[in-house]
Parts: sequence; structure tokens; C-alpha cells
Amino acid sequence: MSTPTALPAATAPTAPTAPARTGGPLRALRHALALAGRSLLKTARTPEALIDVTIQPAIFLVLFTYIFGGALAAGDRGAYLQFLVPGLLGQSIALAGVSLGTNLNNDITKGVFDRFRSLPIARSAPLVGAVLADVARYLVLFCFLMGFASLMGFRVQTGPLELLAALGVSVAFALSFCWISVLVGMAVRTPGAVQGVMFLLVLPLSFGSDVFVDAATMPGWLRAFVDVNPITHLVGVVRGLLLGGPVAGDLAWTGGWIAFFLVVFVPLALRAYNRRA
Amino acid sequence: MTYAIDADGLRKRFGETQALDGVSLRVPQGRVLGVLGPNGAGKTTAVRILATLLRPDAGTARIGGLDVVRDAARVRRTIGLTGQYASVDEDLTGVQNLVLIGRLLDLSGRDARRRAGELLEWFELTAAASRRAGTYSGGMRRRLDLAASLVGRPAVVFLDEPTTGLDPAKREAMWDVVRSLVADGSTVLLTTQYLEEADQLADEITVIDHGRVIAHDTPVGLKRQAGRRTLTVVPVDAADAPAVAGLLARVSGEEPVPLAGGGASVPVLDEAAMGAAVDGLAAAGVAVSEFSLHLPTLDEVFAALTQPSREEVPA
Repeated sequence: MSTPTALPAATAPTAPTAPARTGGPLRALRHALALAGRSLLKTARTPEALIDVTIQPAIFLVLFTYIFGGALAAGDRGAYLQFLVPGLLGQSIALAGVSLGTNLNNDITKGVFDRFRSLPIARSAPLVGAVLADVARYLVLFCFLMGFASLMGFRVQTGPLELLAALGVSVAFALSFCWISVLVGMAVRTPGAVQGVMFLLVLPLSFGSDVFVDAATMPGWLRAFVDVNPITHLVGVVRGLLLGGPVAGDLAWTGGWIAFFLVVFVPLALRAYNRRA
Repeated sequence: MTYAIDADGLRKRFGETQALDGVSLRVPQGRVLGVLGPNGAGKTTAVRILATLLRPDAGTARIGGLDVVRDAARVRRTIGLTGQYASVDEDLTGVQNLVLIGRLLDLSGRDARRRAGELLEWFELTAAASRRAGTYSGGMRRRLDLAASLVGRPAVVFLDEPTTGLDPAKREAMWDVVRSLVADGSTVLLTTQYLEEADQLADEITVIDHGRVIAHDTPVGLKRQAGRRTLTVVPVDAADAPAVAGLLARVSGEEPVPLAGGGASVPVLDEAAMGAAVDGLAAAGVAVSEFSLHLPTLDEVFAALTQPSREEVPA
């Protein structure tokens, strides 16, 4: 290491610490964006972290179409594909949130968050930053799934505006739903446990819906669950937008669920984060 | 006198463990306090409270006059923390790690990059600046971690066991960094298990064990307080050895330990024994080749201070 004389430029403790250029929400947003940038750099360095928003939904799409498609839609695989793609988008969004909690838990275990906590930034900034970075993953998911599905023969029955609207609703839903994963990531001890808890939650939600089959074939008690399931309603909106049909009812439900996730899970996640020493 | 770090009666309990049981610390501005203690003594808990990462159950702490609980946000503007485990982001490069911290400290992109460049150069990481921190050696990671804590030019720097696990050469390089921080006016609180490190760097030392402060003094004062000094006299002529031994026994009242070279050592409790020994040697006309008074090493002091409390703990 060089001699202490190299120091003066480096530290001058009497100099004011970096002045806040702007206060309030704008500054908090800038910090969150800087931290989102960090998450994106990490994703870019480990492309395998995108498997759950690319190859995995593609494999599901192929499997379900060719295994169940023939049986479920009376031999009309094309019709089943049209039905399945919006559903699989819903399931993939729920599954894609899992890695957020896993990554955050990992950050905490490794002590990186100690550094952030000792900085003069909003306590919520690291969490909000990580959530914002996930927008990129959901964009990749939507575009990849739509592209791959169209190669398999899926056709949007409406127009580009409806496609964009479906993208908007999907991302909005994803950004609220993923706070459950953030909460679990703060609350349990290890990244593996985050995954375990989240799968327990996501699998009943994604299968106990009309993602794969028409709920009319299910027993009444399960239909009651399907009818309130947030995934059901998200998929309903996307089906309506991409294939044509009514969306208002499902959209209202979805808006309600988005508000519910934000109002309940954001504060809970922040509290769990603050408590975690 | 205002203190850069002023903690009073800090208590913190984790479940069954009383990690801190009334710890008070004071560090004047521009000084280095060494916090010394065995593993599990409570050093890291104390640092985490002072750095606003933990709230104390009881007691108060101020950094530059600001309360670490009520004014946590302002305290964070004045501190830098280097943890026991280097908390750098392994997936980012060295420069990305530092620029991120700069951005979070509200530096512009340009200023953040310039500051990162300065620090990387100072810590001799320029060549590795564009490599992932995950590929760094342990010593490089520590340096990057320390650099990250200095991005905001903190007035108070907390170093939690900054050299644990480093080889001796890297340890000394780290000591140089601490010395130059102090030369620039920073206040440093350094926890360590290494007595030599505290001896080298600290103006004052607080010894913590079982969550309590068991001693506080300057390094020299601590040695004087906790251990007996040793007077060693070696005569030029080995034939004078019995006379020297007899004299040492007389002035100290203790049994001298003979040395291989013909001299002898004896523990002494007060300064008067020195003068008596000098007078006695002059009166007897004994020429001496060595006449010295040794303070105990800090290791001996530490052992003396912590041993009794260690014994209370069932193994």
C-alpha cells in the first residue's frame, strides 16, 4: 500500500460529507434507482438468473401443450395453446417473484446490507431498488413468452394496444405480488427456506386457478378458491385483452389485489427488514 | 471536552445472551480507541449499536454529539463502517462497488467515479478495478471494504476486526492506512483480538469481556496497571552474579530468577526499587552490562485481566 502522504486527497474528515442535492421522495427514488442498477448489473453477470423467466416457462408451455393439450381440448392443440399462454404468463409471474426474496435473503446473509444500512439513505431503498430491478425480468418474461408462444402457433386475436395493456397489467401485478417474496426473504433464515416457503404459496395459487383448465370442471369448494384467486383474475384480464372478450370484472379484481398486496405486504416487508439485525 | 464517540451504559440482550451489560466508551476527536476482547465479548455488538445498525436496550450513544437512535440518519452521514466480514458485493467490480456507494451518498456520477478512482489508487486496487470483487484475495477484499467505508470522507470510522485473517505484511499495510486516517483527523474505533494491533495503533484501550468493560487506559497505563514490571540486571563480570542476585532479593523482597548470562530478573512493584538497586550496585562497585525495567506485554496484561472471568465460565 502506498505511503500515508497519498492520503490527503482521499480523506478530509472536516470536509462536509456529501451534501444532499435534493431531499425527500426524489432523493429516495434516486437511491432506489442506483440500487436497482446494482441488481441489474448482477443479473447481467449471471444470465442463468433469467432461466425462470425464459427457458422455464418455455418448457412448461411445450409440456402442457403436448401432454395435456390433446386430452383437454378434444384434440385441438391449437385451441389449448390459445387458452394456455395467458395462463402460463400468470403462473410464470408468480414463480418469477421467488428469486427476488432469495436474492435479498442472500444479500442480508452476506452482510452487503449492513453497508447500505450504515449509509444515509432511506431504509426502504435497498428493497425498493431490488423490486424496481425486477421490472426488467418481467419485461423479459413477457416478451420471451409471447415470442416463443407465437413460434408454437399462438396468435393475439386483438391488437398491439391490447398487447401493451396486457404487458402493463402483468408488470403492475408482478410488482405488487413480489412483495410477498420480499417479506418471506426478510423473515426466514436461509435462501433455500425462502424458496421452500414461496413454492408452498405459489403452487396452490397457480394450479388452483383456471391457468391450465376451465374451472367449471372442478368441485365447488375448489371453484370458490379459484374465484377469488388473484392469479385467476390476472389471467382473466390477459385472456380478455389478447383473445378478445370482457375484461372489466377481472380488471377490477386485479386492481383490488394489487392494492391489497401493496397495502399489506410493503409495510410488513419493511418492518421485517428493519427488525432484522 | 466533546467526544467524537460517547457511549454510556449500553446494554443489549439477544435471547438468553446478555451481549452488552453496561458498556461505556469515550473517544476524543482525532484519536484511536482500541476495543479489545476475546470472541463473543460484545465488541461487534457495541460497534453495530454505535454505527446505527442495532438499537440498544438501554443506555445512550452519541457520535459527534448526535444520538445514534434519535438522529440515526444524521449519524450515518458522519460514519464509515468496515465490518468483520468484508461486505463488498462479489458480483460487482471494485469500481462498481465504490461508485454505487458514492451514488448513494448523493455524489454525481462523475464525482462518484473520481472518488472511486482515488480510493482504488490509494488502496492499490487500480489494476483490479474492473475485476469482479468475487475474484479478489482476502486482503484485497478487506481493502475494498475499507475503501467503501471511506467514500463519504467519514469523520468517525469504525473498524471491526479489520485485520482478522490477514497475513502479517497485509496487517501492517492496514495499520498504515489507519495511521493515515488519524493523521488526517479522523476518529477511529478499532476492535481487535490482537494485542499488538491495539498497542501499535490505539491511543487508549478499552478491554471488554462478557459484555462489560473490565479495563480502560492507555496501552502503557494498562501494562503498568495490570502487570508487574520486571527488573533485569546483568553484571559485566559473571563472578558478581551472586552479589547481584542478593541485591535484587533485598530491594524487591522477591526471589530473583537467574539468567543464563549470569544476571538475574526480579518482579518489582514500585519505582523505589529501581533507585535502591542503582544505589546498591554503585555501593558494591558492580559494573553492569544491562540494567532494564520491562513492562509486561499486552498479552500478559490481557491474560491477567480476562483469566479470572474466563474461569467462571464452564468449559
